[in-house]
Amino acid sequence: MEPEIELQRHGVFTTTVEQLYNWGRKNSLWPLQFGLACCAIEMIAASMARFDIARFGAEVFRPSPRQADLMIVAGTVTKKMAPQVVRLYNQMPEPKYVIAMGACAISGGPFKEGYNVLKGIDRYLPVDVFIPGCPPRPEALLHGLMLLQKKIAAQPLTGPGRPRYLDQNGPSEFPCPSYGAHDLEPLCNHALWQPPSVREELHS
Amino acid sequence: MIALEELKSRIAAAVSGAQVEIIPNPSLANQPSILLDGPHARAVARFLRDEPDLAFDYASNVTGVDWPERVIKEKIKVKKETGGVVSETEETIERKTPACLEVVYHLYSMALRHGPLVVRLRTGDRQNDVALPSLTPVWRSCEFQEREVFDLFGVIFQGHHDLRRLLMWEGFKDHPMRKDYVAPDDYEYEPTPHDQTLERARRHYPQEAAQS
Repeated sequence: MEPEIELQRHGVFTTTVEQLYNWGRKNSLWPLQFGLACCAIEMIAASMARFDIARFGAEVFRPSPRQADLMIVAGTVTKKMAPQVVRLYNQMPEPKYVIAMGACAISGGPFKEGYNVLKGIDRYLPVDVFIPGCPPRPEALLHGLMLLQKKIAAQPLTGPGRPRYLDQNGPSEFPCPSYGAHDLEPLCNHALWQPPSVREELHS
Repeated sequence: MIALEELKSRIAAAVSGAQVEIIPNPSLANQPSILLDGPHARAVARFLRDEPDLAFDYASNVTGVDWPERVIKEKIKVKKETGGVVSETEETIERKTPACLEVVYHLYSMALRHGPLVVRLRTGDRQNDVALPSLTPVWRSCEFQEREVFDLFGVIFQGHHDLRRLLMWEGFKDHPMRKDYVAPDDYEYEPTPHDQTLERARRHYPQEAAQS
């Protein structure tokens, strides 16, 4: 028998600092209270009694980025809105995480070919969990949140794979794009995202 | 609803110098509209709003249309007399209509419960002569929609009290809903490109396309 379990039977609880630390982090992910389009309605539904995101410790939607741990990018990010979204992310204190919720936040969705929609928030922000759907149901958002919790629980606090804020060389903020004459400048944060390369189909 | 012919003569009587043209709609909708001239448009709009039996007190929709230069082919029957014999032949006449930007207003009367009356305004061309009188002083609901037309089509509404871009940012140079707008080349690879998307992919990846 494992020694921890044997000790627990005698009323002694042992853990590691890492486990305790991650347990605390993952069970109080307070999202930033903002929505961009119809996905936000599903996010609101997830916070209500029927789906009850409070079961996962994420019910405290904060109206200020200074108090938030999690940014749920719920909806279409227009090019006009993109710098503000990045700025809000920069204003959040570490540790912070990003969920891209819905087809638009992932890739631009049905508006990808449009002139005013950003082709995915992952061009500017380090997204932890992508939730596909148009819009994703509240269960999908809860699943995404649980995936993020698993990801946090598995993070070591030292060595490779540690969270960005414990890495001295990690970036502390991500540059906001600026409004250009024809498009956002730059088109993406190259440290985070590279445009996809061409594959076989083009040659045929 | 008043017949457009009658409306046209009443406008001509009420607003001196106003030119009104009735534009037929040959489609199934069969919704003809009236085309106003720029200098008298606001006076005519006031007339349409204030006349008791018209009372178009609500502009529900303002939209823009970009017309490039078009060639319209019309078939006309021509009678010819050759050697005392009259023969009827069909001839095709090509007519060019100049390029212009058009603004369309849909007017309703809440008081009298009739409408829509479709009113059009046209600019002189698409580059330089793009100014039109704003109808926001007449119908307040035009304010945002005229801003949107200004933003996306580039029509300058004279007399609009707050003519800024609505959807795109200040400093954006293009007018995206114009026919000749070219989006910046920001193509992303798709798994199964075809037709237009394939053309864009070939333009975006010229070296890879040349190898194929």
